[in-house]
Amino acid sequence: MSIAQTLDLQATPIVETDGHFGRYGGSFVAETLVGPLQELTRAYYRLMADADFRHELDEDLAHYVGRPSPLYYARRLSDKAGGARIWLKREDLNHTGAHKVNNTVGQALVASRMGKRRIIAETGAGQHGVATATVAARLGLECVVYMGAEDIKRQAPNVYRMKLLGATVVPVTSGSKTLKDALNEALRDWVANVDDTFYIIGTVAGPHPYPSMVRDFQAVIGREARAQMQQQAGALPDAVVACVGGGSNAIGIFHPFLNDANVRLIGVEAAGDGVDTGRHSAPLSAGRAGVLHGNRTYLIQDEHGQIMPTHSVSAGLDYPGVGPEHAHLKDTGRAEYVAITDDQAMAAFHQLTRVEGIIPALESAHAIAYATELAAELAPEQNVLVNLSGRGDKDVNTVAERDGIEL
Amino acid sequence: MSNRLTDTLAALQPRKALIPYLTAGDPAPEQTVAVMHALVEAGADVIELGVPFSDPMADGPVIQRACERALSAGTTLSTVLEDVAVFRRDNSHTPVVLMGYLNPVEAMGYMHFAERAQAAGVDGVLLVDLTPEEAGDIAPMLKNHGLAPVFLAAPNTGDERLQLIAQHADGYLYYVSLKGVTGSATLDTQAVGARVAQLQQHVELPVMVGFGISDADSACAIAAVSDGVIIGSALIQAMEAGDSAAAPDAAKAFLAKIRSAMDAQSSEQAA
Repeated sequence: MSIAQTLDLQATPIVETDGHFGRYGGSFVAETLVGPLQELTRAYYRLMADADFRHELDEDLAHYVGRPSPLYYARRLSDKAGGARIWLKREDLNHTGAHKVNNTVGQALVASRMGKRRIIAETGAGQHGVATATVAARLGLECVVYMGAEDIKRQAPNVYRMKLLGATVVPVTSGSKTLKDALNEALRDWVANVDDTFYIIGTVAGPHPYPSMVRDFQAVIGREARAQMQQQAGALPDAVVACVGGGSNAIGIFHPFLNDANVRLIGVEAAGDGVDTGRHSAPLSAGRAGVLHGNRTYLIQDEHGQIMPTHSVSAGLDYPGVGPEHAHLKDTGRAEYVAITDDQAMAAFHQLTRVEGIIPALESAHAIAYATELAAELAPEQNVLVNLSGRGDKDVNTVAERDGIEL
Repeated sequence: MSNRLTDTLAALQPRKALIPYLTAGDPAPEQTVAVMHALVEAGADVIELGVPFSDPMADGPVIQRACERALSAGTTLSTVLEDVAVFRRDNSHTPVVLMGYLNPVEAMGYMHFAERAQAAGVDGVLLVDLTPEEAGDIAPMLKNHGLAPVFLAAPNTGDERLQLIAQHADGYLYYVSLKGVTGSATLDTQAVGARVAQLQQHVELPVMVGFGISDADSACAIAAVSDGVIIGSALIQAMEAGDSAAAPDAAKAFLAKIRSAMDAQSSEQAA
């Protein structure tokens, strides 16, 4: 499929007004949060135009996060795939081991400038929670992380990391006891403590301005990768591939390529046991539009509008919604969305580990799995750019358990 | 416009409105209509009937539990509308306002929902996560079907937004008495009173106060400085304490006590 077939040129480039992406996005919250969201929106756009703020952010990204992250040509993985060259954007080499910190560094600076001394966050796998606790420790801010009781059991090492960093981890026992319920609980905390509290959302979802703000902080990935591709590969990529849960690493790498009409943008959702089994986390592939957590987007829901339980081997993709900008990119055809099963992701996890000596996060393994399939269909002179959004150390217990190995 | 709701509230003056909230389908779907009748017998002026949602982000633990029980018992927006229709067979005078979240309404479709709600005998609709900014499509559709769009105002709602709320709102204005979720504990009566007076200057609708009113004392204190009170979590807890078959009696006993305290207070003031 060529990009000309899928691209609705009328609908691009993306133009945002008051936080809407086409019919998606917006701000659907209880009245008490409207004022604080408006205050945040004003503060954020004022700061993004402030040279001092930009300079401070750039310094933190360079010396604390370790940017720019390398672009790596995965020669042996490409050979195994037997087609196009596969390039990995190494977000796994960031401080704390994933792309999440790009956003938490940015939002924590916004919080400081707004005079907020208390930080709250939601987390699923714990990566965003750790990235938030990390920046809170560095800035001396109080930090409370909401985490589903089920996820706390599954991700014990990350829970301990957050505690080491000085954060309070609050187990959420309502609903399905997972990420979506942690988000509900964080919103409830925020509504009760809006005066002194800043809510650091970990993905490109939630009410305006979060989808735009988180994207802006993550777009550093795509800006770097675009320049690195030109320098190292001598060309823009033919396709950019990234996993999509809420969608922050994907939108971060996609965004600087939106106007490059010849670059295919491909988001990879979690098909879990398979999108036709009902046990998956793929709202763009198998969901319907609706409203949850402050924005209109594609959701996994039943016919009555109730949000349904999701499944993925990777806790970071285990979410029933997706960022509203992805919903818009899907409808306009500017990006394509596919889904990879647990088993396919596991196979890619093992393959990358064995042929390149890089242990990927299970989330990122979804993108690797699709990228190797895609590369096989392309010519050797073509280039596929993959966002390797995180490292897989956190997942070794899950992988061992799945493979029947006792540690 | 919704005459039953507007007329009922207008006829109350200077008496204060008592508005109980229950989640439809809780504690058991077969008790919902019986509880509604019991609340009317105990002196409810309007009933807020909650449409359960899987992710009630503005609600505290009590209403979260009520939603979970109702959903696991099979409650849907359709069954809630059927409950209202059954209630209307025996009660044509007590206004019913549906309260819930936007997504179940989106799933049914705005127009289909408006038609069905009107046919069932609903009088107003309060969607917690629908801000007036996002209500441009649905609010006029509701009004065209005789359904009053009820909106929230919060302690931090600015005057400019109140104008916008006033454009879309009908029936009454629901003042959220505190920054927090439903069922929270702390209430500052003086601050609520000052704020309500301010709201009454901007909006030509009765101002009802909810969130944090739990008993006769807090109801009387807030009723004295507003047009009426909304009580949800405490009522659900009163029903939760016993068997689901006893829910109508528990609801009636709980609300009757508050009604008589409010009535005693208003006759004292009249005298």
